[in-house]
Amino acid sequence: MFDRETIEEIRSRRSAWEADTIKGNLKKSPERRDVFITTSSVPVERLYTPLDVQDWDYLRDLGFPGEYPFTRGVQATMYRGKLWTMRMFAGFGTAEETNARFKYLLGHGETGLSVAFDMPTLYGYDTDDAEAEGEFGKCGVAVSSLADMETLFDGIPVDKITTSMTINGPAAIIWAMYIAAAEKRGVPRAKLGGTIQNDILKEYIAQKEYLFPPEPSMRLVVDTFEFGSRELPLWNTISISGYHIREAGATAVQELAFTLADGLAYVQAALDRGLGIDDFAPRLSFFFNAHNDFFEEIAKYRAARRIWARETKERFGARNPRSWWLRFHTQTAGCSLTAQQPENNVVRTAIQALAAVLGGTQSLHTNSMDEALALPSETAVRIALRTQQIIAHESGVTNTIDPLAGSYFLEALTNQTEREVYDYFEKIEKLGGVIKAIERGFFQRELAESASRYQREIEARERTIVGINDYVTEEPPSIPLLRMDPEGERKQRDRLARVRAERDNEAVARTLEAVRHAAQGQENLMPHFIDAVKAYATLGEICDVLREAFGLYREPAIW
Amino acid sequence: MEVATEERLNKEGRRAGPVLAKPRYITQNQSIGAKNSSQAIISPSLAESRELADRVLAGDRRGVARLISLIEDDSPEACPALALLYPHTGRAHVVGVTGAPGTGKSTLVGQLARESRQRGLTVGIVAVDPSSPFSGGAILGDRIRMQELTGDPGVFIRSMATRGSLGGLSYATGDAIKVLDAFGKDIIYVETVGVGQDEVEIAATAHTTIVVQAPGLGDDIQAIKAGILEIADILVVNKADQEGAERTVAALQLMLELNHQPQGWQPPIIKTVAVEGKGIEALSHEISRHRDYLQVSGRASLLRQHLAEEELWNIIRKTLVARIMDKLDRAELDQLIHDIADRRLDPHTAANKLIAQILE
Amino acid sequence: MPDGKKIRVLIAKPGLDGHDRGAKVVARALRDAGMEVIYTGLRQTPEMIAEAALQEDVDVVGLSILSGAHMTLFPRIMKLLKDKGMEGILVFAGGIIPDEDVPALKEMGIRAIYGPGTPTGDIVDFLRQNVQ
Ligand SMILES: Nc1nc2c(ncn2[C@@H]2O[C@H](COP(=O)(O)OP(=O)(O)OP(=O)(O)O)[C@@H](O)[C@H]2O)c(=O)[nH]1
Ligand SMILES: [Mg+2]
Repeated sequence: MFDRETIEEIRSRRSAWEADTIKGNLKKSPERRDVFITTSSVPVERLYTPLDVQDWDYLRDLGFPGEYPFTRGVQATMYRGKLWTMRMFAGFGTAEETNARFKYLLGHGETGLSVAFDMPTLYGYDTDDAEAEGEFGKCGVAVSSLADMETLFDGIPVDKITTSMTINGPAAIIWAMYIAAAEKRGVPRAKLGGTIQNDILKEYIAQKEYLFPPEPSMRLVVDTFEFGSRELPLWNTISISGYHIREAGATAVQELAFTLADGLAYVQAALDRGLGIDDFAPRLSFFFNAHNDFFEEIAKYRAARRIWARETKERFGARNPRSWWLRFHTQTAGCSLTAQQPENNVVRTAIQALAAVLGGTQSLHTNSMDEALALPSETAVRIALRTQQIIAHESGVTNTIDPLAGSYFLEALTNQTEREVYDYFEKIEKLGGVIKAIERGFFQRELAESASRYQREIEARERTIVGINDYVTEEPPSIPLLRMDPEGERKQRDRLARVRAERDNEAVARTLEAVRHAAQGQENLMPHFIDAVKAYATLGEICDVLREAFGLYREPAIW
Repeated sequence: MEVATEERLNKEGRRAGPVLAKPRYITQNQSIGAKNSSQAIISPSLAESRELADRVLAGDRRGVARLISLIEDDSPEACPALALLYPHTGRAHVVGVTGAPGTGKSTLVGQLARESRQRGLTVGIVAVDPSSPFSGGAILGDRIRMQELTGDPGVFIRSMATRGSLGGLSYATGDAIKVLDAFGKDIIYVETVGVGQDEVEIAATAHTTIVVQAPGLGDDIQAIKAGILEIADILVVNKADQEGAERTVAALQLMLELNHQPQGWQPPIIKTVAVEGKGIEALSHEISRHRDYLQVSGRASLLRQHLAEEELWNIIRKTLVARIMDKLDRAELDQLIHDIADRRLDPHTAANKLIAQILE
Repeated sequence: MPDGKKIRVLIAKPGLDGHDRGAKVVARALRDAGMEVIYTGLRQTPEMIAEAALQEDVDVVGLSILSGAHMTLFPRIMKLLKDKGMEGILVFAGGIIPDEDVPALKEMGIRAIYGPGTPTGDIVDFLRQNVQ
């Protein structure tokens, strides 16, 4: 960027500045802290100058939007062409209640749906299973059979909107239900657009919602890749997620490194199956967290795109530029929300959302201020959605592409993030890859360390969190909380009982047997799942067959 | 005041049974010669000890749990209760499971316990994890691998922290085993800390010692400690589903051949996949075979003698150290340390002087 | 309390959610404060929790839950503890627990409820002050 002479000149002037101006200043008034750190505990310098980006090469490291290595964005015109998708994660109680919330959100200008499922569903249990006790509808909507899925999307134009479904262990089965529900309404599967999260590796690393051991779980994921590339060209068959890794305590670099490592592991698994990289890589999508530290987050997204483009192109030899794209959804950091003075969360979320937008996200969920307390109320959700609309239409940041590029600080941080991600890649490689590293508890240990350090910093007041360790007020929170319909669980159980009574149980037995047979063999399971759900076999029944065929998994104990 | 308490304790201990005074376990953050006034106030009531012992013998799980805590905390009620239980011990077969961290010891113990249950045996498990040398605290996570056993009334699992002990067990482990033995457990599995060093302590506690290896943790011959052959009655290569398991087996075999004993017990090598329950039956069979061997060969009574001697000396050592520590004058000790550091006095002379003073 | 005595704490995760960040941070903090923490893993049933508390003879049980099932699961755990003769045990809870549920939980004997953002030092102090 700069010639040597200029660099030398800046260097000597900078030393002089430290020696004269700064030294004198510090004597009069010292800085507030000895070390300034990011949210991820990375120390930040007093000042960034061209010296920090000396080896930087604009064309090599940044290039142009829509062109390799995509540091400035995957689309050529970014938000001047099309704003990101404002996609609010929603779901609670019965399919009816969530269906109503979806319609409310679509009516308020939301452009894509995002389904949260309840815990039993995430673990592949029906609402009437003993394991499900007390969990019905608490963190999302319960979907036990195709009947629930039909109710959930009743009256919603599934051929026009896209739907994102946050489900992992049983993702393939829930996806089969979505496909079956659409087909019953006459919408062909090829027209369906959306995403299943389907990222099982991060479950072992962070969220712990796994059903089976890693190997068969990976097979299920690759089955969906294969099926999707053949039959649902518009569907994102995975959303490789750093969000939960971050929520579990990771730093920004750990979030990115572990997520990209997972992504590369999925690519390798699909290649091992014999799929062509350009057949499935364009349908891989990512999902990141947006935490408090503004610049650190933006640097993370920019580094992410650059690394992914390089790896898919150079390591795996992808030819289709779409395979090089790292497209991602962002959610503001749930773990940054405070139960104390919850209104402050609106501001946190706004700053985080702004970072996601400046980082070039393709879609965004903004948390509601009351999420640290309970399920979000309608008003809180509306404010969160409005936050995105204000950023989009009032702040001006969408007028030009990647407006922060060239900031010495941001570019230095982007480079540093990238370097540290590669350091992690090396460590994971040494451990024998992602699955081996999971089995050895490598990720879990890294996360436990980071989470404890963060907590320590707060308690030692090395880090200020407003309302937690400073600016504390004693008033009780006054946000109205959402109440669930107490009748919901009964309704859901009734529907499930009806399904079990009215379906053709012979067809259920036959299709379940086919699933078992396929699970024990090599065949792609997706068509069998679709057959089974169409016969109204329940989620729990199908998962039980798989649990038997695949076995269970228990994580290593890591501190 | 404190000295008196100690002595009274000892006397009661003797009156109650053949066991020597219980050592005062020395924990990391317990300072030398610290005055222990609260202990002096507690009057170790024999009635309480008797009640505890009765509860254990009557099969009261909570009583068992309580007594083990009292032993761990070195409470005055513990010794007399143990003395009362001692005649009821000696029935259980004690199986030690040791090996480097993460080799799958807990998973294996969980599986072995299940296997024992299927054969109609009742099971006790003591799982030891390290205490932090900094805080003295610990996180005990071995139960995670034994979850489904928690609901079985024929199984009792107890986690223990090492509390400053270095040999892979805690000072209280031996006594906890006795409680489970008196409680009527047929077989007791003891999982040591995965120190990966000389796990001799477990060999001096268990009847059958299993040393667990796993591939990928250094499968070349140098990485396998020569010492394990001396303590291992059974060698297990766990994670046999993983690459390199055959190499580990071969390395162990080679070591066994180099160390071949013309007679007596030949440690078998068993391959297991603990997560899948594979090889557990074979392992369980070897445990029974070893138990029979001990009986038939007459080794059992030798072993009992040996273990008794080990235990006796351990208790003597610890009791003496504890007594010395109690009687030491901190200022005098500081002065001695000072002198040693400044080379005015050598440590041997200093130690002899101290001991002589106290034993006088 | 005799100085050999250590506070033993069972940190348990009832319910289906897998969010163990809080449980692990608290477990580490308690260990660093010199306590012995027994961690039994994810997805523990009330029966498993009560039985582990009994066998481990803990002074304290800490329950962490984020799934929202606390009003169903906590009463069962409290009852089982009582049935097993452990009503004296100190029980606290953490996770996402709405304020409006707090009185009912205290009523059933859960002594303290810690939401997100609680300094771990508060929990340590509370345990130190309230274990016998
Ligand atoms: N692949 C494979 N993994 C296993 C096997 N046995 C145990 N593991 C895994 O190895 C890891 C450690 O198992 P543990 O049983 O906790 O090992 P440990 O020796 O008790 O560990 P520490 O108590 O920490 O020393 C866990 O992730 C287990 O699932 C096996 O046979 N094969
Ligand atoms: Mg273990």
